[in-house]
Amino acid sequence: MTAIDRITAAMAEGTFEVIEPRDGMPCVAVAADGLRALMECLRNDCGFETNTFVTAIDRSAGALAIEPCYEVTYQFLSHAHGDRIRVRVRVPLTDPKVPTITDLWPGTSFCERECYDMFGIVFEGHPDLRRLLMPEGYDHHPLRKDFPHRGIEPDRLYREWERGRAATR
Amino acid sequence: MGSLKPATTAAHDAGFLATRADALINWGRKNSLWPMPLGLSCCGIELMAMIGPKFDIARFGAEAARFSPRQCDLLIVAGTLTWKMAHACRTIFDQMPDPKWVIAMGVCSSTGGMYDSYAVVQGVDMILPVDVYVPGCPPRPDAVIDAILKLQKKIERESPLKVLFQGRGELDEGGTREFDMPPNQAVATHRIGTFEPVAGEGGEERT
Ligand code: SF4
Repeated sequence: MTAIDRITAAMAEGTFEVIEPRDGMPCVAVAADGLRALMECLRNDCGFETNTFVTAIDRSAGALAIEPCYEVTYQFLSHAHGDRIRVRVRVPLTDPKVPTITDLWPGTSFCERECYDMFGIVFEGHPDLRRLLMPEGYDHHPLRKDFPHRGIEPDRLYREWERGRAATR
Repeated sequence: MGSLKPATTAAHDAGFLATRADALINWGRKNSLWPMPLGLSCCGIELMAMIGPKFDIARFGAEAARFSPRQCDLLIVAGTLTWKMAHACRTIFDQMPDPKWVIAMGVCSSTGGMYDSYAVVQGVDMILPVDVYVPGCPPRPDAVIDAILKLQKKIERESPLKVLFQGRGELDEGGTREFDMPPNQAVATHRIGTFEPVAGEGGEERT
Protein backbone atom coordinates (compact mmCIF):
# COMPACT_ATOMS: atom_id res chain seq x y z
CA MET A 1 0.00 0.00 0.00
CA THR A 2 1.61 3.24 -1.04
CA ALA A 3 1.74 6.32 1.11
CA ILE A 4 -0.89 8.04 -1.00
CA ASP A 5 -3.20 5.04 -0.66
CA ARG A 6 -2.90 5.09 3.11
CA ILE A 7 -3.71 8.79 3.26
CA THR A 8 -6.65 8.45 0.89
CA ALA A 9 -8.04 5.64 3.05
CA ALA A 10 -7.75 7.65 6.25
CA MET A 11 -8.63 11.18 5.18
CA ALA A 12 -11.92 12.63 3.95
CA GLU A 13 -12.20 13.32 0.24
CA GLY A 14 -11.33 16.84 -0.84
CA THR A 15 -9.29 17.84 2.21
CA PHE A 16 -6.03 17.44 0.34
CA GLU A 17 -4.76 17.28 -3.19
CA VAL A 18 -2.31 14.76 -4.58
CA ILE A 19 0.35 16.31 -6.80
CA GLU A 20 3.07 14.85 -8.97
CA PRO A 21 6.36 16.57 -8.33
CA ARG A 22 9.19 16.28 -10.82
CA ASP A 23 11.38 14.17 -8.57
CA GLY A 24 8.76 11.44 -8.22
CA MET A 25 8.32 11.56 -4.46
CA PRO A 26 4.66 11.21 -3.38
CA CYS A 27 3.41 14.64 -2.43
CA VAL A 28 0.20 16.12 -1.09
CA ALA A 29 -0.85 19.75 -0.94
CA VAL A 30 -3.18 21.09 1.75
CA ALA A 31 -4.52 24.46 2.82
CA ALA A 32 -3.17 25.91 6.06
CA ASP A 33 -6.42 25.27 7.93
CA GLY A 34 -6.48 21.61 6.89
CA LEU A 35 -2.86 21.01 7.86
CA ARG A 36 -3.40 19.87 11.45
CA ALA A 37 -5.92 17.19 10.46
CA LEU A 38 -3.60 15.83 7.78
CA MET A 39 -0.61 15.84 10.14
CA GLU A 40 -2.49 13.98 12.86
CA CYS A 41 -3.56 11.44 10.26
CA LEU A 42 0.04 11.00 9.06
CA ARG A 43 1.28 10.53 12.60
CA ASN A 44 -1.46 8.30 13.99
CA ASP A 45 -2.95 6.41 11.05
CA CYS A 46 -0.38 6.34 8.26
CA GLY A 47 2.72 5.30 10.22
CA PHE A 48 5.02 8.23 9.54
CA GLU A 49 7.11 8.15 12.71
CA THR A 50 9.82 10.54 11.56
CA ASN A 51 9.77 14.08 10.34
CA THR A 52 12.80 14.52 8.12
CA PHE A 53 12.67 18.26 7.75
CA VAL A 54 10.55 21.37 7.64
CA THR A 55 11.52 24.15 5.30
CA ALA A 56 9.95 26.75 3.07
CA ILE A 57 10.38 28.06 -0.44
CA ASP A 58 9.78 31.65 -1.40
CA ARG A 59 7.85 31.29 -4.65
CA SER A 60 7.37 34.97 -5.27
CA ALA A 61 10.54 35.45 -7.34
CA GLY A 62 13.43 33.57 -8.86
CA ALA A 63 13.54 30.32 -10.80
CA LEU A 64 10.73 28.71 -8.78
CA ALA A 65 8.37 31.67 -9.02
CA ILE A 66 4.71 30.85 -9.48
CA GLU A 67 2.67 33.18 -7.31
CA PRO A 68 3.48 35.44 -4.35
CA CYS A 69 3.51 32.94 -1.48
CA TYR A 70 5.73 30.89 0.76
CA GLU A 71 5.50 27.18 0.30
CA VAL A 72 6.09 25.45 3.63
CA THR A 73 7.34 21.96 2.88
CA TYR A 74 7.41 18.98 5.22
CA GLN A 75 8.91 15.62 4.54
CA PHE A 76 8.19 12.45 6.50
CA LEU A 77 9.65 8.98 6.66
CA SER A 78 7.86 5.78 7.62
CA HIS A 79 10.19 3.09 8.92
CA ALA A 80 7.33 0.58 9.13
CA HIS A 81 6.34 0.96 5.48
CA GLY A 82 9.69 2.03 4.11
CA ASP A 83 8.41 5.07 2.23
CA ARG A 84 8.38 8.83 2.38
CA ILE A 85 5.89 11.59 1.76
CA ARG A 86 6.11 15.29 1.18
CA VAL A 87 3.47 17.75 2.34
CA ARG A 88 3.19 21.22 0.96
CA VAL A 89 1.16 24.16 2.20
CA ARG A 90 1.10 27.63 0.68
CA VAL A 91 0.84 30.69 2.90
CA PRO A 92 0.59 34.36 1.93
CA LEU A 93 3.62 36.68 1.94
CA THR A 94 2.15 38.97 4.54
CA ASP A 95 1.58 37.43 7.95
CA PRO A 96 2.51 33.84 7.03
CA LYS A 97 1.24 31.38 9.62
CA VAL A 98 0.85 27.63 9.94
CA PRO A 99 0.00 25.48 12.96
CA THR A 100 2.94 23.81 14.64
CA ILE A 101 3.52 20.04 14.51
CA THR A 102 6.07 19.98 17.31
CA ASP A 103 3.61 18.27 19.65
CA LEU A 104 3.29 15.38 17.17
CA TRP A 105 6.99 15.08 16.23
CA PRO A 106 9.02 16.72 19.03
CA GLY A 107 12.19 16.72 16.94
CA THR A 108 10.55 19.18 14.57
CA SER A 109 11.05 21.97 17.07
CA PHE A 110 14.41 23.13 15.74
CA CYS A 111 13.33 22.77 12.09
CA GLU A 112 10.41 25.07 12.75
CA ARG A 113 12.60 27.53 14.58
CA GLU A 114 15.02 27.60 11.67
CA CYS A 115 12.17 28.07 9.21
CA TYR A 116 10.84 30.91 11.32
CA ASP A 117 14.31 32.45 11.46
CA MET A 118 14.98 32.21 7.73
CA PHE A 119 11.51 32.90 6.31
CA GLY A 120 9.54 34.53 9.09
CA ILE A 121 6.86 31.86 9.04
CA VAL A 122 5.09 31.76 12.39
CA PHE A 123 4.37 28.28 13.69
CA GLU A 124 1.38 28.86 15.90
CA GLY A 125 1.45 26.90 19.13
CA HIS A 126 5.19 26.22 19.02
CA PRO A 127 6.44 26.04 22.62
CA ASP A 128 9.58 28.12 22.06
CA LEU A 129 9.56 29.95 18.75
CA ARG A 130 12.84 31.88 18.89
CA ARG A 131 15.40 32.49 16.20
CA LEU A 132 17.88 29.69 15.74
CA LEU A 133 20.76 30.93 13.58
CA MET A 134 20.50 34.69 13.53
CA PRO A 135 20.80 36.73 16.72
CA GLU A 136 17.69 37.34 18.76
CA GLY A 137 16.20 40.68 17.75
CA TYR A 138 17.45 40.72 14.13
CA ASP A 139 14.92 42.48 11.94
CA HIS A 140 15.09 40.46 8.76
CA HIS A 141 14.54 36.97 7.44
CA PRO A 142 17.53 36.13 5.26
CA LEU A 143 16.16 33.49 2.89
CA ARG A 144 13.29 35.61 1.66
CA LYS A 145 13.69 36.69 -1.93
CA ASP A 146 13.45 40.38 -1.06
CA PHE A 147 16.44 40.08 1.28
CA PRO A 148 19.60 41.45 -0.40
CA HIS A 149 22.11 38.89 -1.53
CA ARG A 150 24.99 39.97 0.70
CA GLY A 151 22.98 40.58 3.80
CA ILE A 152 21.94 43.44 6.04
CA GLU A 153 24.07 44.33 9.01
CA PRO A 154 22.25 44.28 12.33
CA ASP A 155 23.02 47.91 13.11
CA ARG A 156 20.04 48.53 15.33
CA LEU A 157 20.69 45.33 17.24
CA TYR A 158 24.29 46.30 17.66
CA ARG A 159 23.30 49.60 19.18
CA GLU A 160 21.05 47.80 21.60
CA TRP A 161 23.87 45.52 22.68
CA GLU A 162 26.14 48.48 23.17
CA ARG A 163 23.56 50.27 25.25
CA GLY A 164 23.10 47.14 27.36
CA ARG A 165 26.83 46.82 27.90
CA ALA A 166 27.22 50.52 28.70
CA ALA A 167 24.47 50.23 31.30
CA THR A 168 26.29 47.43 33.13
CA ARG A 169 29.68 49.11 33.02
CA MET B 1 66.04 42.98 26.17
CA GLY B 2 65.61 46.06 24.02
CA SER B 3 65.18 49.26 25.96
CA LEU B 4 66.09 47.85 29.35
CA LYS B 5 69.74 48.88 29.47
CA PRO B 6 71.80 49.36 32.60
CA ALA B 7 72.46 53.08 33.14
CA THR B 8 75.99 53.04 34.43
CA THR B 9 78.45 50.30 35.05
CA ALA B 10 78.93 51.46 38.63
CA ALA B 11 75.22 51.11 39.48
CA HIS B 12 75.12 47.88 37.55
CA ASP B 13 77.94 46.42 39.58
CA ALA B 14 76.12 47.33 42.79
CA GLY B 15 73.04 45.40 41.61
CA PHE B 16 70.94 48.44 40.61
CA LEU B 17 69.20 49.03 37.36
CA ALA B 18 68.18 52.50 36.24
CA THR B 19 65.58 52.65 33.51
CA ARG B 20 62.37 54.37 32.53
CA ALA B 21 59.24 53.13 34.29
CA ASP B 22 57.53 52.83 30.91
CA ALA B 23 60.23 50.55 29.63
CA LEU B 24 60.08 48.35 32.71
CA ILE B 25 56.28 48.08 32.68
CA ASN B 26 56.17 47.41 28.96
CA TRP B 27 58.89 44.81 29.31
CA GLY B 28 56.85 43.03 31.95
CA ARG B 29 53.62 43.26 29.97
CA LYS B 30 54.95 42.11 26.65
CA ASN B 31 56.75 39.08 28.03
CA SER B 32 53.85 37.72 30.00
CA LEU B 33 50.86 37.91 27.71
CA TRP B 34 48.04 35.67 28.87
CA PRO B 35 46.02 34.66 25.81
CA MET B 36 42.28 34.15 25.90
CA PRO B 37 41.81 31.54 23.16
CA LEU B 38 38.50 32.23 21.47
CA GLY B 39 38.56 29.27 19.07
CA LEU B 40 35.41 29.71 17.00
CA SER B 41 36.08 27.23 14.20
CA CYS B 42 38.88 25.61 12.20
CA CYS B 43 41.52 28.21 13.15
CA GLY B 44 41.10 27.10 16.74
CA ILE B 45 42.93 23.86 15.89
CA GLU B 46 46.01 25.75 14.76
CA LEU B 47 45.78 27.86 17.87
CA MET B 48 45.92 24.70 19.99
CA ALA B 49 48.94 23.55 18.02
CA MET B 50 50.59 26.87 18.72
CA ILE B 51 50.10 26.50 22.46
CA GLY B 52 51.23 22.85 22.39
CA PRO B 53 54.81 21.65 22.80
CA LYS B 54 55.76 21.52 19.13
CA PHE B 55 55.47 25.25 18.51
CA ASP B 56 55.65 26.20 22.15
CA ILE B 57 54.77 29.84 22.68
CA ALA B 58 56.19 29.47 26.18
CA ARG B 59 59.39 30.62 24.48
CA PHE B 60 57.72 34.02 24.10
CA GLY B 61 56.02 34.12 27.47
CA ALA B 62 52.47 33.69 26.20
CA GLU B 63 51.74 30.06 27.00
CA ALA B 64 49.42 30.59 29.97
CA ALA B 65 46.13 30.35 28.07
CA ARG B 66 43.19 30.78 30.38
CA PHE B 67 39.57 30.16 29.65
CA SER B 68 38.41 32.96 31.88
CA PRO B 69 38.55 36.43 30.34
CA ARG B 70 39.13 37.87 33.81
CA GLN B 71 42.62 36.40 33.82
CA CYS B 72 43.67 37.30 30.29
CA ASP B 73 45.07 40.26 28.48
CA LEU B 74 45.33 38.98 24.91
CA LEU B 75 42.17 38.01 23.05
CA ILE B 76 42.95 35.75 20.09
CA VAL B 77 39.85 35.54 17.90
CA ALA B 78 40.50 32.33 16.00
CA GLY B 79 37.75 31.52 13.58
CA THR B 80 34.55 32.62 11.94
CA LEU B 81 32.63 35.11 14.03
CA THR B 82 28.90 34.96 13.35
CA TRP B 83 26.51 37.70 14.31
CA LYS B 84 24.95 35.27 16.74
CA MET B 85 28.30 35.01 18.54
CA ALA B 86 29.27 38.67 18.16
CA HIS B 87 27.60 39.81 21.35
CA ALA B 88 29.34 37.08 23.37
CA CYS B 89 32.68 37.90 21.79
CA ARG B 90 32.42 41.57 22.63
CA THR B 91 31.30 40.72 26.17
CA ILE B 92 34.39 38.54 26.62
CA PHE B 93 36.52 41.45 25.48
CA ASP B 94 34.77 43.79 27.88
CA GLN B 95 35.35 41.39 30.75
CA MET B 96 39.08 41.32 30.23
CA PRO B 97 40.96 43.70 32.54
CA ASP B 98 43.01 46.53 31.09
CA PRO B 99 45.50 46.58 29.48
CA LYS B 100 44.33 44.24 26.75
CA TRP B 101 45.12 43.49 23.14
CA VAL B 102 43.40 41.64 20.31
CA ILE B 103 44.79 39.42 17.56
CA ALA B 104 42.48 38.59 14.66
CA MET B 105 43.67 35.17 13.55
CA GLY B 106 42.82 34.00 10.04
CA VAL B 107 41.00 35.67 7.18
CA CYS B 108 37.62 34.90 8.70
CA SER B 109 38.15 37.02 11.74
CA SER B 110 40.16 39.61 9.80
CA THR B 111 37.68 40.23 6.99
CA GLY B 112 34.92 37.63 7.04
CA GLY B 113 37.02 35.57 4.62
CA MET B 114 35.13 33.43 2.18
CA TYR B 115 31.92 33.81 4.18
CA ASP B 116 30.60 36.88 2.46
CA SER B 117 27.24 36.27 4.00
CA TYR B 118 24.45 37.75 6.07
CA ALA B 119 25.34 35.55 9.03
CA VAL B 120 29.04 36.35 9.43
CA VAL B 121 30.66 39.45 10.88
CA GLN B 122 32.78 40.87 8.07
CA GLY B 123 35.89 41.26 10.17
CA VAL B 124 36.01 41.36 13.96
CA ASP B 125 37.23 44.95 13.72
CA MET B 126 33.56 45.78 13.28
CA ILE B 127 33.10 45.08 16.96
CA LEU B 128 36.58 44.98 18.52
CA PRO B 129 39.74 47.10 18.31
CA VAL B 130 42.21 44.75 16.62
CA ASP B 131 45.95 45.16 17.15
CA VAL B 132 47.38 42.55 14.80
CA TYR B 133 45.77 40.76 11.85
CA VAL B 134 47.08 37.37 10.78
CA PRO B 135 46.32 36.34 7.18
CA GLY B 136 45.91 32.73 6.18
CA CYS B 137 43.21 30.10 6.09
CA PRO B 138 44.20 28.88 8.57
CA PRO B 139 47.45 30.66 9.41
CA ARG B 140 50.23 28.32 10.44
CA PRO B 141 51.08 28.44 14.15
CA ASP B 142 54.37 30.16 13.30
CA ALA B 143 52.39 32.99 11.67
CA VAL B 144 50.50 33.51 14.89
CA ILE B 145 53.74 33.43 16.85
CA ASP B 146 54.99 36.11 14.49
CA ALA B 147 51.86 38.11 15.31
CA ILE B 148 52.64 37.80 19.00
CA LEU B 149 56.17 39.08 18.35
CA LYS B 150 54.74 42.00 16.38
CA LEU B 151 52.35 42.70 19.21
CA GLN B 152 55.27 42.69 21.63
CA LYS B 153 56.96 45.34 19.49
CA LYS B 154 53.77 47.35 19.59
CA ILE B 155 53.47 47.04 23.37
CA GLU B 156 57.05 48.27 23.65
CA ARG B 157 55.97 51.58 22.10
CA GLU B 158 53.11 52.22 24.51
CA SER B 159 53.31 54.71 27.39
CA PRO B 160 51.59 53.20 30.43
CA LEU B 161 52.55 56.10 32.70
CA LYS B 162 51.04 58.62 30.34
CA VAL B 163 47.83 56.62 30.47
CA LEU B 164 48.04 56.56 34.24
CA PHE B 165 48.48 60.33 34.62
CA GLN B 166 46.60 61.71 31.65
CA GLY B 167 43.86 59.14 31.26
CA ARG B 168 43.00 57.09 28.24
CA GLY B 169 42.68 58.43 24.76
CA GLU B 170 46.12 59.99 24.61
CA LEU B 171 48.38 57.11 23.83
CA ASP B 172 51.52 57.78 21.85
CA GLU B 173 51.56 57.78 18.07
CA GLY B 174 51.24 54.30 16.71
CA GLY B 175 49.88 53.03 19.98
CA THR B 176 46.43 54.60 19.82
CA ARG B 177 43.69 52.08 20.31
CA GLU B 178 40.01 52.61 19.74
CA PHE B 179 38.81 51.09 22.96
CA ASP B 180 40.37 54.02 24.73
CA MET B 181 37.40 55.99 23.49
CA PRO B 182 34.21 56.24 25.50
CA PRO B 183 32.01 53.17 25.25
CA ASN B 184 30.01 52.77 22.05
CA GLN B 185 32.27 54.94 19.94
CA ALA B 186 34.64 52.14 19.07
CA VAL B 187 31.87 50.47 17.18
CA ALA B 188 30.37 53.66 15.89
CA THR B 189 33.54 54.87 14.24
CA HIS B 190 34.36 51.51 12.86
CA ARG B 191 31.36 50.66 10.93
CA ILE B 192 28.27 52.61 11.52
CA GLY B 193 29.61 56.09 10.95
CA THR B 194 27.54 58.08 13.38
CA PHE B 195 25.86 56.80 16.44
CA GLU B 196 22.50 58.34 15.65
CA PRO B 197 19.76 55.74 15.43
CA VAL B 198 18.87 54.93 11.86
CA ALA B 199 15.33 55.89 10.95
CA GLY B 200 12.99 52.93 10.93
CA GLU B 201 13.77 49.46 12.07
CA GLY B 202 16.06 48.21 9.36
CA GLY B 203 19.83 48.31 9.18
CA GLU B 204 21.97 49.43 6.31
CA GLU B 205 22.09 47.31 3.23
CA ARG B 206 25.58 46.23 2.33
CA THR B 207 26.83 47.23 -1.08
S1 SF4 C 1 40.31 31.50 8.21
FE1 SF4 C 1 40.02 29.48 7.27
S2 SF4 C 1 40.74 28.04 8.83
FE2 SF4 C 1 40.38 30.01 9.85
S3 SF4 C 1 38.28 29.90 10.63
FE3 SF4 C 1 38.20 30.84 8.63
S4 SF4 C 1 37.79 29.14 7.23
FE4 SF4 C 1 38.54 28.26 9.15
